[in-house]
Amino acid sequence: MLGLAGELGAAALMLKSTVFWFFKSRLEVRETMKQSVKIGVDSIGVTALTSFFTGMVLALQTGATSKNLFNEPLYIGTLVAFSMVKELGPVLTSIVVAGRAGAVVTAEIGTMRVTEQIDALYTLGTHPARYLLVPRYIAFLVTLPLLVVLANFIGTIGGFIVATTRLQVPSTVYWNDIFTFMDINDFMHGFIKTFAFAFMIATVSCHKGMTTRGGAEGVGKSTTEAVVTSMVLVMVIDYFISAVLVALGI
Amino acid sequence: MIEIKNLSKNFPGRDVLRDLSCRIEDGDTFSVIGPSGTGKSTFIKCIMRLLKPDSGRILVDGEDIAALDDEFEIARIRRNFGYLFQEGALFDSLTVFENVSFGLRYLTDIPREDYGRIVADKLALVGLEKVEHLKPAELSVGMKKRVALARAVAAGPKCILYDEPTTGLDPVTTEMVTDLIVSASEKLKVTSILVTHDVNLALRISTQVAMLDKGVFAAVEPPDRFVKSENPAIKEFLEISNAGHNGCGDHGGRPGHAGYKGPGGRNGRH
Ligand SMILES: Nc1ncnc2c1ncn2[C@@H]1O[C@H](COP(=O)(O)OP(=O)(O)O)[C@@H](O)[C@H]1O
Ligand SMILES: [Mg+2]
Repeated sequence: MLGLAGELGAAALMLKSTVFWFFKSRLEVRETMKQSVKIGVDSIGVTALTSFFTGMVLALQTGATSKNLFNEPLYIGTLVAFSMVKELGPVLTSIVVAGRAGAVVTAEIGTMRVTEQIDALYTLGTHPARYLLVPRYIAFLVTLPLLVVLANFIGTIGGFIVATTRLQVPSTVYWNDIFTFMDINDFMHGFIKTFAFAFMIATVSCHKGMTTRGGAEGVGKSTTEAVVTSMVLVMVIDYFISAVLVALGI
Repeated sequence: MIEIKNLSKNFPGRDVLRDLSCRIEDGDTFSVIGPSGTGKSTFIKCIMRLLKPDSGRILVDGEDIAALDDEFEIARIRRNFGYLFQEGALFDSLTVFENVSFGLRYLTDIPREDYGRIVADKLALVGLEKVEHLKPAELSVGMKKRVALARAVAAGPKCILYDEPTTGLDPVTTEMVTDLIVSASEKLKVTSILVTHDVNLALRISTQVAMLDKGVFAAVEPPDRFVKSENPAIKEFLEISNAGHNGCGDHGGRPGHAGYKGPGGRNGRH
């Protein structure tokens, strides 16, 4: 196994050649489409389900606490929407995508590595960065933000359903609580983080795939490593970027 | 012409190739034999520059490719070569058609409309038809190898590198692939470099046979002289492989089969 410094070095080199081929060659449109479907479209269902229940439980818990403290459910919409847009939408969606799509990417590239398909790309006149990595980076960077927007929306709807049916919050109050307090910066906060997560998940999954060794067993090992690394890094990166953004007032 | 001078390649904790030299003329069929794990694949991967040699020179038509670092330069050199991987290395997310036409997109200016005809031609060459729409997972081992061969020759390389072309194939397919290597070399005048532990194959179709032993070539000889070699490593390997008697003769000898001239006959050409 490579040491941490070795891993970072190898990932940096991979990134460099991905950027190089992104600018130097025509985009593999078909591959990019295929990957966008695999990474993005195929994650819609699980993202929707996760965010729907997250929104519902947020409303339920704040409703209960608020009733205890103030005897009535206050600012449910505000809390649900802010939590979704700034934290839970980006973080939960990224974790779901890291587990689903990140695993697919690592397993696929890892299998290609151990069966010499990566070498075959070189012999047939192309480069793995051009044919495999650029399309996957683009797919992650384009589809993850869209999934997060979807998650934010569905989570807020989930909160709305619980707030209006179980907590008897009038629907105009729920929406007013959201639109009175939320501005574009709150969206930007979540959006900036989402791009960072997408970039990180693409890098980790592709890097673990490209450096796979040792047959089918090696593929399993690097897939697990990729998923665990991505999930932990989502949390770590989330804290640090949030801290910076908060300091900047975004 | 490919000239290799003092080629060395090590992996961590293991010297695989040490100071290896040879010279392969245009149109030659050059075979490297040796037991598994001696570095045969490493040798042709260095020629294809899938691996970077640690030292030594690989001159392809006079240009040293061993030290090249620039990806575009290396890619330009690779255009001369077709490469058959030991396990085929077909892209399993693509169909047979997409696999065989893959190199056409990147290595040639052939218009897309012609791909269908070219792919069908190349597949016919390896005895396959109507398999274009299948995925590699739907093919037998022998069929995969033949599709891989069709893919390797599709863009019309000047030199073909074969890694264990007949390993794992049934006798009939072995004959077919052997035919193919011979006809590529004779009709298309390509240079063939093949690495194999199938001594009989090497002796039947090569103009030069080299024995890779402990990181160097123990001998580089035409087949008729190779079998008479006094080198103990070669003698032992030939004995174990039970070659040299049937290998030089009319091996297999399926009646009506488009046979080969013996090694002597082929040598006579040079
Ligand atoms: N990428 C690699 N990293 C480390 N060792 C390798 C690598 N590739 C091959 N080897 C080692 O080099 C030796 C020669 O391998 P190879 O060229 O595949 O042999 P052959 O094709 O003759 O069976 C083997 O011992 C193998 O373990
Ligand atoms: Mg080998």
